[in-house]
Amino acid sequence: MDSLDNLYREIILDHYKNPRNKGLVTDPGYVTVRIKNPSCGDEITVQTRLEDGKIGDCRHEGKGCSICCSSASVMTETMIGKPLETAHAVAANYLNMVSGKPFDPAVDLEEAEVYAGVRQFPARVKCASIAWQAFLQTLEKK
Amino acid sequence: MEKNPWRGDFPQMDADSVFLDNAASSLKPQSVIDAVDRYYRELSANVHRGVYFQSYEATRLYEETREKVAKFIHADPEEIVYTRGATAALNLVAASFGMEQVGEGDEIIVSELEHHSSVLPWQHVASVKKAQLVYVPLDEQHRITLDGFRSVLSERTKVVALTLVSNVMGYVTPMAEIIALAHARGAVVVVDAAQAVQHMPIDVKRLDVDFLAFSGHKMLGPTGIGILYGRRKWLDAMEPIEYGGDMIDIVEKNVSTWKDTPYKFEAGTMPIASVIGLGAAIDYWNASDLDKMEDHTRRVRQYVFTQMKKIPGVTIYNPSAESGIIAFNLDGVHPHDASTFFAERKVCLRAGHHCAQLLIKRLGIDACLRASFFFYNTFADGDRFVETIKEAVRFFRNIGF
Repeated sequence: MDSLDNLYREIILDHYKNPRNKGLVTDPGYVTVRIKNPSCGDEITVQTRLEDGKIGDCRHEGKGCSICCSSASVMTETMIGKPLETAHAVAANYLNMVSGKPFDPAVDLEEAEVYAGVRQFPARVKCASIAWQAFLQTLEKK
Repeated sequence: MEKNPWRGDFPQMDADSVFLDNAASSLKPQSVIDAVDRYYRELSANVHRGVYFQSYEATRLYEETREKVAKFIHADPEEIVYTRGATAALNLVAASFGMEQVGEGDEIIVSELEHHSSVLPWQHVASVKKAQLVYVPLDEQHRITLDGFRSVLSERTKVVALTLVSNVMGYVTPMAEIIALAHARGAVVVVDAAQAVQHMPIDVKRLDVDFLAFSGHKMLGPTGIGILYGRRKWLDAMEPIEYGGDMIDIVEKNVSTWKDTPYKFEAGTMPIASVIGLGAAIDYWNASDLDKMEDHTRRVRQYVFTQMKKIPGVTIYNPSAESGIIAFNLDGVHPHDASTFFAERKVCLRAGHHCAQLLIKRLGIDACLRASFFFYNTFADGDRFVETIKEAVRFFRNIGF
């Protein structure tokens, strides 16, 4: 069960059971993006508030499997406080990492690095990606 | 190890994996693979066009399959339309018959048990034609019952579009009675038989059904080919929805005429190899004992179900199903997490909403797992499946789910 253990890492399970920055706000200062995965019904909403060129706050809400929900939680923790440019680079790098594309190991993904195991499960790449894609869209929508 | 008389006919079957996703697509016997292969090796040529041997022989096999299909469901060959699959067949009925015949204020009866392809084409017709979609109230087991059907049937009912066997619950709809009731009110009945034709004999004349659709790939045939059966008088009255090669009679600058039924619905080059492969699949069914196969499938399903019931932490949604489907979840484990575990153990299941979101919503869940058994599955497959469920329950409990 090596690869399964590699997928269900402790940090992932911790964020699944105790999600951080969960719950949406009605503050108009936040940009909101909702992404659905129509093939499995997973659905994640991400909210981002910018502050002085940094990610001032990032929140999430949704339903889905452990990989989907935990990655939303990890994403918010990773992003809060990051300068915009770094946030972009980290998200792009993360998405490349989970989908098995070349990525820059010099970019520090922090806790999100534990999702490297997703590469071995092509069917789960989408689960690990949608919160991060939603985050990038909140930056574009601004 | 038990002897399964059919298993050896399926080259994809190996000792390593357990294929329990038969409701999504069946495996293909060697004879079907050979028939497709022969067309591409020896007969590659278009049908209905050339006068040389390859084209003539391909045409013969193409039309011979139409006769086989007709005989298989007790229809006439002229009533058999080749389509891309059950989805395309149901869409053809809605886009042609539905758009021509349904009007404002008419009612179309569907159910929450339907596959999306049996309800969405009618949702579209209803919205364009200002007709009303009416849902059969399902009973507490989520079945279509005669009482439920009677309660929505009215003089406004124009079309009844229902599934014969549910693709998630495996329930069999009391279709003959429903058709008789619908006809008494002048309604036309469209049956989705994609999950039925591989599990029960179908006699369209005895059923007295107006339209019936199924896919080749769920009944041992190739992908890309499906069948629409239509009552001759309806097909004759229907307009094609695709225009182009092979379907024409006389072409003029401003007006043209079409070939007769069913050819007017088969524009362009059809999936000839898949049609020929479907013919081989029907040969396989004709050479086999369907009752014996079905009895075996049910016994394996029952054997598995009896053991699954005893595993704490497993919820089964369709305990009373008549066909080989078990819809279930591991409590507290999202089906995508669970299905990854099964996949690692090489147990092939389906996880998700199974193209039946209305039913999944009705069950009050986001998604579920589906194991669907077929005649080539063994009791040993069942044992491995049950063991894997037990292991999965332990695994997810141990990591804190």
